Amino acid sequence: MSKPIVATTSLAGCFGCHMSVLDIDERILELIELVEFNKSPINDIKKFTKKCDIGLIEGGCCNSENVHVLRDFREHCKILVSVGECAIMGGLPAMRNGIPIRECLEEAYLNGPTVVGNEEGIIPNDPELPMLLDKVYPCHEIVKIDYFLPGCPPRADLIWEALVALVTGDEMKLPYEVLKFD
Amino acid sequence: MKTGVQKIVEKYGKDKTRLMDILIDVQTEYGYIPHEITVQIAEDLGMSEVDVDQTISFYHFFSQKPTGKYHIFLNNSAVANMMGRAEVAHTFMKELGIRFGEVTSDGLVGLFDTSCIGMNDQEPAAIINNQIFTRLTPFRVKEIVRDIREGKSIHDMVVADYGDGQNSSDLIKSVVANNIRKIGPILERNFKPGQVIEKITKMTPEQVIDEVKKSNMRGRGGAGFPTGMKWEFCRNAAGPKKYIFCNADEGEPGTFKDRVILTERARLLFEGMVIAGYAVGADEGILYLRHEYKYLQAYLESILKVAREANYLGKNILGKKGFNFDIRIQFGAGAYVCGEESALIESAEGKRGEPRDRPPFPVEKGYLDMPTVVNNVETLCAVVKVVLNGGDWYKSFGTTESTGTKLLSVSGDCKFPGVYEVVWGFSVNDILDMVGAHAEDVQAVQVGGPSGAIIGPNEFNRILGYEDLATGGSLIIIGHNRDILSDIVLNFMEFFIDESCGSCSTCRILPTLLRNKLLKILDARGVKQDIDDIVAWGKILKASRCGLGQTAANPMLSSLKNFRHLYEKKIQKNKEYDSGFDLGQAVKESCEATGRVPNF
Repeated sequence: MSKPIVATTSLAGCFGCHMSVLDIDERILELIELVEFNKSPINDIKKFTKKCDIGLIEGGCCNSENVHVLRDFREHCKILVSVGECAIMGGLPAMRNGIPIRECLEEAYLNGPTVVGNEEGIIPNDPELPMLLDKVYPCHEIVKIDYFLPGCPPRADLIWEALVALVTGDEMKLPYEVLKFD
Repeated sequence: MKTGVQKIVEKYGKDKTRLMDILIDVQTEYGYIPHEITVQIAEDLGMSEVDVDQTISFYHFFSQKPTGKYHIFLNNSAVANMMGRAEVAHTFMKELGIRFGEVTSDGLVGLFDTSCIGMNDQEPAAIINNQIFTRLTPFRVKEIVRDIREGKSIHDMVVADYGDGQNSSDLIKSVVANNIRKIGPILERNFKPGQVIEKITKMTPEQVIDEVKKSNMRGRGGAGFPTGMKWEFCRNAAGPKKYIFCNADEGEPGTFKDRVILTERARLLFEGMVIAGYAVGADEGILYLRHEYKYLQAYLESILKVAREANYLGKNILGKKGFNFDIRIQFGAGAYVCGEESALIESAEGKRGEPRDRPPFPVEKGYLDMPTVVNNVETLCAVVKVVLNGGDWYKSFGTTESTGTKLLSVSGDCKFPGVYEVVWGFSVNDILDMVGAHAEDVQAVQVGGPSGAIIGPNEFNRILGYEDLATGGSLIIIGHNRDILSDIVLNFMEFFIDESCGSCSTCRILPTLLRNKLLKILDARGVKQDIDDIVAWGKILKASRCGLGQTAANPMLSSLKNFRHLYEKKIQKNKEYDSGFDLGQAVKESCEATGRVPNF
């Protein structure tokens, strides 16, 4: 039987969850024995080259590109997992959700105390740039998410055990201590 | 105003741990706490402005804006709504010409929502300038608004007869009714003040604790921790001073038994606190009383005065050298979470009512970092009877695991809402029979308030007690004409959202997301995934620090468990996933702000 294929991405996140994946230390060797990686910042494969079994999503969706990537993941992965606070609840980026996006942009590019040298008063508008969403969305509000791994970031052990459980099909143990992250 | 505030601060010895009292006095005196007063209080107490600010902003009954000469807080509990709150609220808005959260332009009246005020057996009810108005109707609201416009005093606005018992005493004069429907060994009338204090002066503290341990009594607040063990821990804990707290913050919607005890059996309660003090070696007791019961203040103070005069409180009580104990009343200011013991202690220290990390537990490090016992009102009343009649006597009531009696607060769709003292071990069916509700007319019973469970007829044979169906005592009976999801569950979720202290991200965020899921389902946009999400996310709430967060998903989890068909009836069958997300709509605003045309 061929190895299960895993893809990962970081949307509106800080890459902390990916760091936590790397934090499984020497088990990464074991992991490579266990699974094959496709599109992921870990191996720098930028486009899906085949259908995958598991997609790990870090971060929520703050712009149109995030939405495209996430939908692409949904299309290519049998199982999608929201990994960490931002993917599950929007996290830190979602702190802007109480403020209208226009106000955020004006504060960042026009009126903020650190704005210098923007005499023409331009808010970046190049068509190449992703378009910002009105608020930061958790992943499950955009596509169907199958599993959620809480934590900021989820501990390496938790990610490891979740991956192993998904690959082996065993039920995952989630003791209270592992879930307590506040 | 400045000198007035100075006087208030000095009244509490410029003690920053008494910030709650200072703010309550300022709020009562001026109707709000303006910024310049916050600055002044901070200066006088040697605190930073934000420290004062954060306490003010935490509590529902503190306001940084004027709340009007008359401030109306209309209860928003599920039962209030069942009893016709919507019409009452609508009439208030129409007559006053304002919405909730607003003050009339002439500054006369402010209208506000508030969580359960402990009057579930006589809803809809409101608190107006600390006075309780029960059984409101649109007609009554018109009268009240007319009286307000005529400038009548609050006491002159009470047109009904005063309530029964002490409610009509000079120091209370309230329309609140006790509705005591069943009296047992704790509420019985033949209580003789001072008798138990006389008895303990002849016992050692260890003997008192042993008797309580022998009774197998467990705390009546809901968590059910063995009382004798708690006292022993505190007695053995090291500390130069120890404290007894009575938790009278009764905020669980549907619970009102403590209000009735405080009204009719306050002496019993205070003597229970004296016993606890003697047993653990504490010389100071604090009754932490919810602000909603401020109308009882003068009355309770008078009872403390009488007790002091009889030397049941004070120094060398009844001549026993070194037996010193006195009680003061500490008011809260409207926060459900303060019913959690460590949050209650934080609040009594003048801070935001945020639960502490445990351990250390309050019995080791509680109020002002000293060993502290926090007991429920009913617990402290029961220990009086335990000490008087013995632990074996107490054990003769109830079941093996659940000894003694329990005060039930019964409300909702039944003939006789009120307070019942029953021995543990009755089934829900028995209780329904007792309160005048036919089982066939009952769709569901909410046991233990929003943090408890909602059960259907197939579970009405379950037994009340720690072995089976544990409860802090609240039973809300829900008839067939109610929509469980929109009338009950939604209300409870809104309650948890309002009352979260915000400390743990789980409890700050998830209840809102769960509520949104419920709204989606009620709006017929839900899919099966939403139900699965609710179950999965509910589990994550267990990671919260205190009981509020840990149980905040219970309204949805327990209704899903027992009334799953109500959810399934409302979801879309042919779709697996539907979040209603529209990318075009989501980028519209930012594209307008930057002058871009959306390109996908």
